[in-house]
Parts: sequence; structure tokens; C-alpha cells
Amino acid sequence: MYGYYLALALRSLKRSRVLTALMVLAIGLGIGASMTMITVLHAMSGDPLPGRSDQLYVPQLDPRPLPRGGASGAPAGNLPDSLTWPDAMALLRARRADRQAAMSGGSVPVRPAQAGQHPFFERGHYVTADFFPMFATPFRAGSGWNEQDDVDRARVVVLNAGLAQRLFGAAPAIGRTVRLKDTDFRVIGVLDDWHPQPAFYARIDDRAFGQADQFFLPLQTALDLRFNFSGDLRCWGSGGDNRRSDHCTWLQFWVQLDSQARAQAYRAFLADYWRDQQAHGRFPRPVEARLYGLTDWLAHEHLIPADLHLQLWLALGFLGVCMVNIVGLLLAKFLRRRGEICVRRALGARQRDIFVQFGMEAAVIGLAGGVLGLALAQLGLWSVRQRPDGYAQLAHMDPAMLLGTFMLAVAASVLAGLLPAWRACDIPPAMQLKTP
Amino acid sequence: MPRIPMLASLTRHKLTVLLLALQVALTCAIVCNVALMIAGRTAQMRWPSGVAEDELVMLDSASLDGGNPLARHAADLAALRGIPGVTAVAAVDALPFNRNNWSNGIATVPNGPSRLAATAFNGTPGELRALGLRLVAGRDFRPDEYVPMDSAHDWDGINHVAATVVTRALAARLFPGQDPLGKLVYPGDKPVRIVGVIDHLLRPMLETGGGNEDAMLFPMLPDESNVTYVLRTAPSQRQRVLKEAAAVLQQLDADRILRHAQTFGQLRSDYFRHDRTMLGLLLAAACGLLLVTAVGIAGLASFWVQQRRRAIGIRRAVGASRRDILRYFQAENALIVGGGLLPGVLLALGLNLLLMGHYELPRLPLAYLPIAALALWLLGQLAVLGPALRAAAVPPVVATRTD
Repeated sequence: MYGYYLALALRSLKRSRVLTALMVLAIGLGIGASMTMITVLHAMSGDPLPGRSDQLYVPQLDPRPLPRGGASGAPAGNLPDSLTWPDAMALLRARRADRQAAMSGGSVPVRPAQAGQHPFFERGHYVTADFFPMFATPFRAGSGWNEQDDVDRARVVVLNAGLAQRLFGAAPAIGRTVRLKDTDFRVIGVLDDWHPQPAFYARIDDRAFGQADQFFLPLQTALDLRFNFSGDLRCWGSGGDNRRSDHCTWLQFWVQLDSQARAQAYRAFLADYWRDQQAHGRFPRPVEARLYGLTDWLAHEHLIPADLHLQLWLALGFLGVCMVNIVGLLLAKFLRRRGEICVRRALGARQRDIFVQFGMEAAVIGLAGGVLGLALAQLGLWSVRQRPDGYAQLAHMDPAMLLGTFMLAVAASVLAGLLPAWRACDIPPAMQLKTP
Repeated sequence: MPRIPMLASLTRHKLTVLLLALQVALTCAIVCNVALMIAGRTAQMRWPSGVAEDELVMLDSASLDGGNPLARHAADLAALRGIPGVTAVAAVDALPFNRNNWSNGIATVPNGPSRLAATAFNGTPGELRALGLRLVAGRDFRPDEYVPMDSAHDWDGINHVAATVVTRALAARLFPGQDPLGKLVYPGDKPVRIVGVIDHLLRPMLETGGGNEDAMLFPMLPDESNVTYVLRTAPSQRQRVLKEAAAVLQQLDADRILRHAQTFGQLRSDYFRHDRTMLGLLLAAACGLLLVTAVGIAGLASFWVQQRRRAIGIRRAVGASRRDILRYFQAENALIVGGGLLPGVLLALGLNLLLMGHYELPRLPLAYLPIAALALWLLGQLAVLGPALRAAAVPPVVATRTD
């Protein structure tokens, strides 16, 4: 039966080639545009640290003065994204989480020891000891440093695979010396090309995707040596823009909490810390400490640029118009075959049979549109990969998305065929048979 | 023209007509807002930066030895000035589009609340001439007004500087309706006097909200190891000057990293890269939508023409001219598209409100609506022309045949 309907559908589609081509083109364009954007957003929403991400949290505090003119009971709105130096150090020393680390990004000139090699800038992170075990960074050789090294402002560095290769080639890097800016550092660890996508632990900006930090060194060492810090330094009040002051936020802070109960306890601890600071004349705003899980944090920080969301909505709107277009065309097409429908109904076909027959025709268009859409989506993804953005390289289709494309195409066209097919099977058989 | 029969005919295809009108409405709503986005982005991409864009080249130099940055910058500038074809040079920290933004809250009374945050542009003497900024009132800085930025002590220079040159836009925002010259502002602890006003200067990073010319120049000498050298030259000399500048600096002191050697045009083009991509996508979406809608209109019209061949033949046989038939289909199309445009215009306004809430889109100017409506209406007429001509070509003899 279904084979027969399929043959009927193909014959009907062949009869009006141009119209069929137009419908396939419309659904192909709509599907292609939508799937390109859905794939890009799907790739960008991946878990940067599978297995560990649901234990990682970001605490948020607000040491700023009361908003101008605002009453003390007014809602605070957005809290600063980062912490001040004294607050980060206090949370670090309190050790109320299973692990905790403060960090900030920066770039330093790297000076290769070999003659003939020019110095170059490299991006990395200044972090505290727990960074490596907390994020389970894979070490190719060596290890991170301990808390004593932090306190001692040790001149040690962990390199990522790329920089280690560039500086030392295939030779082991552990124990070697690398000159950063004007200071020698001892290499104590080499990471196995660690580049979580996105670089979730950094300040979320347009470099979150694509970049891989090439070195990690102790935060206090970097501050002592006046290394260059990147990111946002926000100060208020007077008294200069000193990084160690309690009126400049600039540090990212992450904690690992192994259970929900621990997370709840940490929330309470943050609120207590806030109240304690209030007792010391800081934190004038009402207590509103927050603790974000990793995925919530990335959403909160608008990891995915608004432009990409807009592009997705545009593509979906386009698909919507294409579908309305196809509904109209199919309806006109089906209703023109009243005569045929009535003859079939008179010969004993049930309404259901007519419905399935026309549904089949819509599905065939959907399948063809799906193939075209897939080709167009690959073209679209290729063009996305040509963009010079970090996320561009993630724009690939996995098998799930491939299947999804077909499902979407067939679902869209069957959906578009529903109304026309229902109208077609609703025609009373006697009516059309009477006309000449 | 037979209006009533036309309506009667349309009511026989109620659902199809409704769908076509819906498609026109959706297209109208989306295309209006896409056009608004295109207009907004193009306007932003065309903003004048205030500097002599065609004449500037620049490169960043980061020194690696711990020497005195002020002395090195002076030596570098002297060497760069010697390059043939260079008319002016300066060492600066910020430029329009270079994303290096240092903003200070500006108060207009001592210890008062800051009125707004303005970007500080700092540079060596001659910065105004090197960048090609147009002074519209007051004067340039005097040599004795320059102080170091003191970046080693958390940019303490801002607390010692005594003069500033502001943009006309910033002056108007700080002192509306008053002469800004001689007025005092408080970017740091000490009062700073406004000594000059320049025509335009864009901030290093643009925002959609406005305040993009909240910029002020300070007579503060950059003293970080990393600095940007700006060279002004004739447009045709830019590439040569850029090459020679890198060579001169490298020769003077090899222990440095030179980066971002580029013309101002490249800097601007790089800054708007995302917007250009987005612009292309928006244009493609708008064209695609219009194309699909036109195809839909043409497809349905040719269906109806086929379906009504006999009716057309009869009308021709009883005296309708070809022109009458053509007009009939054109009028029918105008009716359907017009019926879709009315809800389309409302939908466009609704969608605009929705987008304003989520994507910082401005309010849709009402002038867009009649233009979009007219464009879509014309598109409909264009799409229906082919099928209508075919209908007009149906010979009256068809009426005598039965199919």
C-alpha cells in the first residue's frame, strides 16, 4: 500500500516539475539556514569539562558602595563578575570548599634561549595551586605547584604542549628554564595540550573559544613581578587603581564542591562572609551572595554572543516563512486533484487512505528538501568556519546533528502537508462526481 | 472592474488566500526589522573616527629590557621622524577602534558623583597633529603641561595632570549650553582645566547605547614598556613607511617585539569584521525571504490560472479583452498582498518591540512601514505578471471545450 502511495506521489511530483523544484528549494533553504545555526550553537553549548563540570562553582560577592540615590533595600541587579584581591585571598585561606583557586589572564613576552629565535608574546593564566587538581588538567610530564609555592612567590611555570614544543622541541622540558619578560622560571609541568572549549575559567569574552592558554604561573608571583594582566579591572571611589586594593574587582574565582550539601553550606558561608565584612565596614549593599554552577555561569556571562542568537532566530523565521509557503502550494496542488480524490473515495478509499497518500507526497518533498538542506548546511558551516572567530573551528556536524537535519526536514514538510492533506481527504465524494 | 465576483472567487479559496496573506505578513514583519538592523550596522560602520584615517599607519612596540620607557620612546620617535615622507609622529596608548580603553569617571564638582565615564587618550606632544584631530576651540597642550602617566604607580599621572582637550560631544554632555573652555572637571583627585575642544574622536570600543565620543585627551606621556607609535604620511606612502618604521625601530633596539603593524584602514576594517559578516547574513536573509515569497505568489497564481482556464475562456468569449483578464489577476494579487500587508505592518511593530527588549534594537521608524509595504506590493505585482500574462493569452475557444 505504502509503496503504491510512494509511486503515486512520485508521479504527481513529476507532473509539475517546476513547482516540485520550488518547494524542495524552499524547504532546503529553510532547513539549511536553520541547521547551520543550530549546529553552531549546539557546538558552542558543549560541556567544556565533562565529568567535572557539575562540581564547579563561581562565587559572586558585591563589595561596591551603595548605588547613588538608591535606598539600601533596593535590589542590587548584576553583581560584579570578579572579586577583589582581599576577598579572593580571604576565600582562598578560608578553605571552605573542597578545592578553590583564584586566577586572572595575562600575556607575557617569552624569550627563547636559543640564538636566532625572536621573542614573542604568549597568552596564559596566573593561577593558584588548586587550579590543576580542581580542573583535572592532564599532565604530560611533571605536575603543578603547592600552596607553599604560592606563598613563596615561586618562579615556577607549567607550560601547555604547544609552547613546550616551540621552546624545547621534542626534548623533555621539566627542569628547564624559560625567560618570561625579564625573569627566569623553572618548568615544573607540561600539560597534554589542554584546551577546554570554551576556556570557561577565564573572563568570558570574544576569545573564550579557540584560545588555548600556553602557560600557567603562580598568581602572586605575577603580581609581584608586575606582569601584564588582561581582562577587566574595575575600580570605584578614589585611591588609585591598585590591584591589591579592596575597591578594584578583577580576579576570577572557582571552587569545587563535591555534593549539593557542600554547595548549600558554601552558600551559607558566603553570606556569613558578607555579614562579617559588613561588621568591618565593607560590603554596604544588602547580603546577596550568589553561587553559580558552571553551566549557569556560562549562560549568565552570555558566552554565546547575541549576534549568534539573532542569526538563529533569523534562520528559524526564514524556515517558518518557507513552511507557510509550502503549505499554500501543497494546498493548491492537492485541491486541484479533487476529481482524482473523489474517484478514489467513490471506489472505496477511506479518508485515512487519502490522508496517508497526500502525507506521503509531502514527506517525499521533505526528504528531498532534507538532502538539499544538508548540502546547504554543510556549505553554511563551511562559510562559518571561514569566519576568523574562535568558535568557527567548532562548526562541524556530528552524526546526531546529521540525523536531526533529516528529521527536521521531514517533520517540517509533513507538518506543512498536514493541513492540505486533511482538506483534501475532507472532500465529500459525491460532489465532484456530479460535475461534468 | 468586477469587484464582487473577484471577492466571491477569493472566498472559494479562503484557506489558500489566508496562507498567502500570512506569508506576506511574516515576510513584511521580518524584512522591516532586518532592514532596520542593516541600516543600524551600516551607520555604525560609517561613523567618522575624527582622525585622518587615510594618512595614518601604526605599530606596537614592546620593549623587553627594563630601561627608562620615556627616554626610549623619545629616541624611537626621533628616529621615526627621520623616515622620508613622515609628516608627524606620536606615541599613544589609545586609538579609535584599538579596543584599549581606559575610562575614568568624570565629576564636575570636587568629590562629586561622576557624571559619566570618558576614555582617556594619552600621548606625546604633537598627538593632535599626528592624528589629524581638528581643534575647533581653544588650544593644543603647552610643552610644560606634559606629565608622565606613571603606569608603574597605578597610573597616578591622572592625579597630577592639569589640562585636557575634550570632544565637542563630551563638552555638550558635561556642560550643556555653556562654553566648555576654562571649565574644571575631576577625572582623578585634582581639578583638570578644559583648554581645547576637538571636532570628533571616537572611543576605542563602540557601544550601541551612545556616548561613543566621550573622549578626552590628556598631556600624559605613555610610560609602559608597550606603546603604540602612530605615523602620519601621504596615503600612497603608507606601506613603505610602515616597512621602514619597523626596520628603523628594530635597528635602534633589537630587544623588543613589534606587533600589529597596520594602516588605520586595516584597524577599522578589523574592528567591524563581525558586523560585515552579520551584514552579509542579514542581506542574504532579506533577499531569501523576498525570493521565497515571490515564488510562492507566482506558484499559486499559475495554479489558479490553470484551474480557471475555462472560466477565463468564457469571459473572453462573452467580451472581456486580454487587458481585462490581465487586470483581473493583477487586482486579485493586489487585494491578497494588500490584505497581508495590514497585519504585516502590525506584526513588524510587534516584532520590533520584542527585539528591542532582547537585542538593543532601536525603535522601528514609521517611515519604514509604507516603504516596505510598497516594496512588497510591487514584488507581488512582479511575481504575478507572468501567470497573469499567460491567463490573458488563453483563447476564448477554450470555453467551448470540456476537459
